[in-house]
Amino acid sequence: MSVPFLESVLLGAILSGTPLLYAALGEVIEERAGIVNLGLEGVMLMGAVTSFAITVQTGSAALGVLAGATAGSLFNLILALLVVTRRANQLASGLALMFFGVGLSALLGAPYIGSRIAGLNPLEIPTLAHLPYLGALFRSDILVYLAMPAAALVWWGLFRTRWGLSLRAVGENPTAAYAAGYSPRAIQYQALFIAGLFGGIAGAELSIGIAKTWAEWMTAGRGFIAVALVIFSRWHPLRTVWGAVLFGGAVALQLQLQARGASVSPFLLDTLPYLLSLGVVLIWAGGRHHAAPASLGRVFEGTE
Amino acid sequence: MASADARRFRPDSVRAALRVTGLFGLAFALFAVVLLAAGKDPIRAYGDILSSTLFSSYGFSEVVVKMIPLMLTALAVAIPARIWLINIGAEGQLFMGALFTTWGAAHFAALPAWALLPLVAALGFLGGGLWAAISGVMRAHGWVSETISTLLMNYVAIFIVSFFVFGPWKDLESANYPQTPEFPAAARLPMFFGTRVHLGLLIALVALTVYHLVLTRTRWGLEIRAIGGNIEAARRSGIAIGRYILVLMFVGGGLAGLAGMGEVSAIQGRLRPSLSPGFGYTGFLISWIAGGNTYGVVASALLMAVITAGGDVLQMAHRLPGSVVNILMALMLFVVLTRRRIP
Repeated sequence: MSVPFLESVLLGAILSGTPLLYAALGEVIEERAGIVNLGLEGVMLMGAVTSFAITVQTGSAALGVLAGATAGSLFNLILALLVVTRRANQLASGLALMFFGVGLSALLGAPYIGSRIAGLNPLEIPTLAHLPYLGALFRSDILVYLAMPAAALVWWGLFRTRWGLSLRAVGENPTAAYAAGYSPRAIQYQALFIAGLFGGIAGAELSIGIAKTWAEWMTAGRGFIAVALVIFSRWHPLRTVWGAVLFGGAVALQLQLQARGASVSPFLLDTLPYLLSLGVVLIWAGGRHHAAPASLGRVFEGTE
Repeated sequence: MASADARRFRPDSVRAALRVTGLFGLAFALFAVVLLAAGKDPIRAYGDILSSTLFSSYGFSEVVVKMIPLMLTALAVAIPARIWLINIGAEGQLFMGALFTTWGAAHFAALPAWALLPLVAALGFLGGGLWAAISGVMRAHGWVSETISTLLMNYVAIFIVSFFVFGPWKDLESANYPQTPEFPAAARLPMFFGTRVHLGLLIALVALTVYHLVLTRTRWGLEIRAIGGNIEAARRSGIAIGRYILVLMFVGGGLAGLAGMGEVSAIQGRLRPSLSPGFGYTGFLISWIAGGNTYGVVASALLMAVITAGGDVLQMAHRLPGSVVNILMALMLFVVLTRRRIP
């Protein structure tokens, strides 16, 4: 394997890992608050279509990102309404949200198919951009640079702030959190709102950062991949970084192998992230650091 | 919850039926608003959907064609759900069933149809069943929740199918198009009345009947309901819960595998990666709407099949993206989801 090959795989891993990372960070926040969101796919699509449309209309990619994030969080509040306020089944609600996002984004995006935008400009970091091999990494768009700091920020928010403590308490045992004076419903609403921001940004990176076009269902399953990634990283925001590089790397490796007409089938490699995720959960099963939030997926029936 | 749902959605309860009709009416009304906002005439759109699905014989046959995998995947979810197992892996189980079927069709191609068809059907069942049973084993031992493992294994199954279709099983004559060679005629499920409605319909209906009878009329059904009612009490009364987890996952996965078998053996005639437009996930929602109720599964599958088919109508006659019908599907689920749990 030549160096340019490894280089392009690594670059590709980081590029395709970036939207996965944002989406997974959002999902970590939600799941830590006790809510599984299988509708992440839809949230990302709404972020992608909104940011693309706003970028076309205003010519400003920054406004596009902002609009995409806002759209993602508002869209995610539908899930909050269903599972927090109406106490509906989380998995069914999430899948319904996904279908809604797929349909609505297709409808909203139809006029923009074929539109061209400059999108997010690459920002060149002076010296680093001319490094051999890794230089291209430092000519990425802003969302790529901000992805890892975002993971650190989520870690800080979840594990070093009072708010994060209350959020995790709600995910583990909402009744106890309620008894301790927190409002589980309010905290879950906040968690879903913030997670929606991340999902929307993930979509924006896809449409105006990477592809610079809009296509129906352009997330192509990345929302589900992000859910798997959260399992892989055992609900920890910093470990999602590794997960995103690994999952993104699988995609990048496949593209590179295909581009080079390799005789090895990439599809077995593609199964690796999922098998690893399963293995990670298996190995840690029953351990004291059993990391899934205890009340994940359950409905908080209230205490009244 | 599921048992309460089943009670609430029993068809002999007229009130429940009226309520569901009202809720779906609300969803149709909301979607009409969406269509209006998109500058379309909702009355014409609904009229076109109805006339080209339920009120045309070809259209109706295509609805039935879509119902077959949907009923089977819905059962794949509903059966483990009787004891609170959450199977979101019907999609992957369907793919594994299709894979095993394809293997059988290629390796025993010389057999006559009367031997080959039952064989590939059994293989399809086995493929989906074993795939789901892996999750069952991990759950029965308390290692990994079946929700997580079935979700993850969906991707694995789909990639394995891609591996074979792009790799060792690729039909060399179809150039760059990823698909296996066509099945021998003896491995094709017969279709009826000059439509694409195939023998899978009978399989699905038999499966639904057996599901209903086993649950209501047998000791197994009683024990399943006991586990579903109170797992601790069931354990103490000596019911082997681990075995039920395994068997119900296997049977559920097997039915999803049969859905995959029907798609490759009747509809496609060969294995392609684009085997299923998400039948497994739609099946999950159908099972959920129906609360596991047998008639509810049939009715919801019909509804979802009509909506799916309606997408083509909106696309061709009204120049809307075909996936717009996903909005309608989601709105229906939203109204059911928001209404359901109110005491």
